Amino acid sequence: MSSRDAILRVLRRAAPPPRPLPEEPAAITWPDPVAQFVETANGIGAPAARVPDLAALDGAIQGLEAWRKARKTVSLVQGAGRSSFDVATAKDPHELEGIDVAVVPGELGVAENGAVWIPGKLLGPHRAIFVIPQHLVLVVPAGAIVNNMQEAYARMTIERPGFGAWVAGPSKTADIEQALVVGAHGPMTCTVFVLG
Amino acid sequence: MSAHAERAARFVADAPRARWYDQAVWLMRQKRDKGASSVPEWEALRETAAAIKAHTLSRLADYLEEFERNATRNGIQVHWAGDGAEHNAIVHGILQGHGVTRVVKSKSMLTEECHLNPYLGARGIEVVDTDLGERIVQLANEPPSHIIMPAIHKKREEIGELFHEKLGTEKGASDPTYLTHAARAHLRQKFLAAQAGITGVNFAIAETGGVVVVTNEGNADMGTSLPPLHIACMGLEKIVPRARDLGIFLRVLARSATGQPASVYATHFHGPVRGGEMHVVIVDNGRSAQLGSEVFRRSLSCIRCGACLNTCPVYRRSGGYAYGYLIPGPIGSVLGPQRTAEASDLPFASSLCGSCTDVCPVKIDVHHELLALRRVMVVQGRTPPGKRTLLRLLAWVLRHRAAYEAVGRLARFFLRRMPGALRFGPVGAWARGRELPAAPAESFRDMMRRER
Repeated sequence: MSSRDAILRVLRRAAPPPRPLPEEPAAITWPDPVAQFVETANGIGAPAARVPDLAALDGAIQGLEAWRKARKTVSLVQGAGRSSFDVATAKDPHELEGIDVAVVPGELGVAENGAVWIPGKLLGPHRAIFVIPQHLVLVVPAGAIVNNMQEAYARMTIERPGFGAWVAGPSKTADIEQALVVGAHGPMTCTVFVLG
Repeated sequence: MSAHAERAARFVADAPRARWYDQAVWLMRQKRDKGASSVPEWEALRETAAAIKAHTLSRLADYLEEFERNATRNGIQVHWAGDGAEHNAIVHGILQGHGVTRVVKSKSMLTEECHLNPYLGARGIEVVDTDLGERIVQLANEPPSHIIMPAIHKKREEIGELFHEKLGTEKGASDPTYLTHAARAHLRQKFLAAQAGITGVNFAIAETGGVVVVTNEGNADMGTSLPPLHIACMGLEKIVPRARDLGIFLRVLARSATGQPASVYATHFHGPVRGGEMHVVIVDNGRSAQLGSEVFRRSLSCIRCGACLNTCPVYRRSGGYAYGYLIPGPIGSVLGPQRTAEASDLPFASSLCGSCTDVCPVKIDVHHELLALRRVMVVQGRTPPGKRTLLRLLAWVLRHRAAYEAVGRLARFFLRRMPGALRFGPVGAWARGRELPAAPAESFRDMMRRER
């Protein structure tokens, strides 16, 4: 018998009596989830701000210190920042090494934890784009801010096959004496703009 | 003395360091409390998380098959391993088939459990652990001492010295930011050079056929988005029925682990990178046997947050290495003895205070399981002969009134005249770490007799 069948057989024999799936509890909400999202994101080390339109977004991105110093940039948000490097032409994700700033669209933002959902379909050909740049700028529509993770999963669709990631702030670690250090492997900064 | 007690005695011999460790770990518990109290529905969330796990365990085989079906449809190749050896052979087979000699790995307690690194190392494959804490202990050639903070036992100066020797950082430099960024540069080269990435799995979703990997550092993301080959290794208990269940689990996981409202990355893999391959290895290694036991199946719900370690007075004061099992602390003391004979003393390395049970985000009755395991260890003859004899003697004394009274008189005599004797030999193991009580003038029985 294959290991697969042997494992499944033992699991079936050992299975406890059926237990129902529970109802989800009511989850925390805010009168103004967008304001809460901005506050939470700032609290987890992701400077966040609301911008009214694309022109304001573009201006805000150009104003970022990381952007002014950047040489290799990529923007996946039409009309916000610009690309000095076209990821669509990159045959191999290793070509993405050296990107200073990437502007990446998010599909949802969550007020309770500052996380942004980035579905693979918005990332272009190489999913490395959200983790390999030195600095990351995330753009989320104001209408896509939800209160909590339970609301988020009720709204989002999982790409199959595909990819998606929650990103909540810059890459960080506290593995040396619990001292918080930003910029472990991924972006050293993560700036979030809520658009609209 | 038990193996745990002996190792713990060595740990506490360095009192300032033991105190430093206790405080460092307790800080995590305090952060957890803050995180948990920020959510008004926290207790309802724990109930829900526990109930989803209990439901899943009652239909584990069905959900695993559903996962396999959906994952296969997503272009993921699914493998099954009965034990650690089979797991290692499968992973090696995949790597060998692609001619891989350089692998980056993100944190996975399962691959530690299976001893994957030495197995692959012996076959000419370099495995670089990429979680900073894991890289530190890998460079130091030590096992992790905590499940989410593998190098929590090391001081910054020691890490500075280690990095100076291995990574060429400045001599004497010990600033955490400097050291972390040195490791970042070193590991980025490893990520870029890797031919394959291995990750653990925090959650596998039956309904959608994908796996979720949670990190703060982004090492799992770097390690899987650059090389064309991704191998995810999971214990078979990692399955959840639906994607929306993560709306519950992700809410409790980070808050329980570090107090953060969310881990920085929670990545959902539902297929390989463009032009690449993705494999999932589902591992049993003793888990299915655990499912059959009413008492011990609950610990299969564990989501490895580490909260029970951080709160445990024994873990905080004895260190991760005192346990001698790869998962230290209360949950390791439940899982270890069910997997290996060497961990037989661990159920006794607990005060049964129940703090672990109070903080567990999936409501595992950790301290009740520890108590139940003590019984199992005695029944299976896995306790040392001294302890066995003593317990048998005690049982006899408690059944015989005259013997009980005689032992009471004896104890009062020694307490008054030569208390040191009570700390001697196997009988004294209990008394050595404690203050002895003052001997009462007479026993309760004597008092009753007199008053009548």
